[in-house]
Amino acid sequence: MAQALEADPNVEMILGLGTDEPKVPLERTEFVRADQTYSILNRIVRATQVDTIVHTFLKTNSVGISSRVLHEINVIGTLNLLAAAGAPGTSVRQVVVKSSTHIYGASEKDPAWFREETGRNAPVRTQLERSLIEVEALVRDFIMDNPRLVVSVLRFAHVLGTDILTPISADLRRRLLPCIAGFDPLVQFVEEDDVVRSLEHVTRHRIPGTFNVAGAGKLPWSEVASIAGAFLFPLPPINPRSFASPFRLLGLIQFPVEMETLLRFGRGVDTSRLIETGFTYRYSSAGAVESLARANNLRRAVGDDEPTYRYEQDVEQFFQHSPAVVREIDG
Amino acid sequence: MYRHWFRVEWEGLDKIPMTGGALLVSNHAGAIPSDAPAIMHGIEEELGRPVYGMADYFFRKVPVVGTLWSRAGGVAAHPDNAYRLLHDQGQLSLVFPEGTKGPSKTYADRYRLRRFGRGGFVEIAMRSGVPVIPIAVVGAEESMPILFRMNGLAKALKLPYFPVTANDLAFGPLLGKVAYFPAKIKIHVLDPVTFDVEPGLERYSKSRVMDEAEHIRARLQDTLHDMLRERRSVWFG
Repeated sequence: MAQALEADPNVEMILGLGTDEPKVPLERTEFVRADQTYSILNRIVRATQVDTIVHTFLKTNSVGISSRVLHEINVIGTLNLLAAAGAPGTSVRQVVVKSSTHIYGASEKDPAWFREETGRNAPVRTQLERSLIEVEALVRDFIMDNPRLVVSVLRFAHVLGTDILTPISADLRRRLLPCIAGFDPLVQFVEEDDVVRSLEHVTRHRIPGTFNVAGAGKLPWSEVASIAGAFLFPLPPINPRSFASPFRLLGLIQFPVEMETLLRFGRGVDTSRLIETGFTYRYSSAGAVESLARANNLRRAVGDDEPTYRYEQDVEQFFQHSPAVVREIDG
Repeated sequence: MYRHWFRVEWEGLDKIPMTGGALLVSNHAGAIPSDAPAIMHGIEEELGRPVYGMADYFFRKVPVVGTLWSRAGGVAAHPDNAYRLLHDQGQLSLVFPEGTKGPSKTYADRYRLRRFGRGGFVEIAMRSGVPVIPIAVVGAEESMPILFRMNGLAKALKLPYFPVTANDLAFGPLLGKVAYFPAKIKIHVLDPVTFDVEPGLERYSKSRVMDEAEHIRARLQDTLHDMLRERRSVWFG
């Protein structure tokens, strides 16, 4: 996201906030390390007079994270963020919040395609879904309290791509994809490039509203496995979670609790609202899986390291900051 | 199966449009209804148009069955799904307004149409601006007749009904669930019903909807009786 914004000369300053150092090389983004609930954000916003906050730190899967931490990050983090953005005399004009299509749940009563205003049918059973619902409720309250701010919520389908690691992509990387025997749900994916581009799209054009973000079409779970060259690992339809737990402990598969209903009923979202605002997708759902499969092929061939020139960043730093470099002055 | 087992015979197939959306409405019968695949496969075979069957969402919960059904062109009966198919995509879509009340009735009640739900199918057709085409099916009733229902077992298995069929007696309880009797299936397409209402509204007059639904039900019931009057044999038509 920050890389995409850096390319835009109209953007004056970019400030990154997170618990870990950024993993990608950034040229003019200043990075601040924060705790996971964003408690210092209020001071940062006041000190820097930023006008746009893009909130992408939400967790949208529950692997390796307790429900308490999940609540802290998603709900309390968003609470602090919105409090900072809505403080009296704020300089903020736009808030972009990431959400997930997990908010729709998955049940047998679902329509084939969820529109943004379609309510969910499944009872809320997992902490992840509960926290996402709470986050969007916070955002709705925020919109009512601050009507002059542009607030955009993007609900992403399952993200796949070259670099991102999600439960599904981790399973596909190990070539073992859990499924529930007797079910072959239709699922939808979005490529990570499209995720970044959609965030950039709503940020740059200041588009308010809630949008589904997902590649075109749905594809059967078995086809996901065959495109990515993974084997299906069938779990029994009755109580698949307890059957899967020894395999999860061994690290053979990841089977977060919110995946259980998804692997039975699948989920599709209607993306026409975002397309109407002028956004074009580069990848379909199947394209996202293919992109991941290609990245996995490369990874298998050359190992886990990024196949880039490792010292590039150091050299760049040297050119930028060392007094030894003679700068050419434009005449 | 379609050609040699049930020897499906159509009448009035030309009333089904070659383009544009239409809501097909049919009677539903047989413990595991054979009329849905007969109509869906039939129209695809004869007209080369896909038909999307709307089924109770309950089936999506059943392993294998739900997947097979969706692969065969089945869709969960959700108003949004129907509207998308009929209005946005202009497809043919098939509903059984009797719902599970149709196939769960016993052989003693054969060819007696059950209540047509709450008339939701009329409302969907009005909203999508497509005609309703009633289709009368004779034969599915005898392909797997229900002798009696085991309500306690159905409740224990969380099924809408658990039938004991004549097929169970003839072929045993396992094979009897998939082996149909070779009843002759005759399908009669009725004249399309169009509604002169403005499409796209959120809700329509409930009395109008119920009247139209009842009207369609009565016509379908009359046609069924006519067809049964003409029929000389269950097996040969």
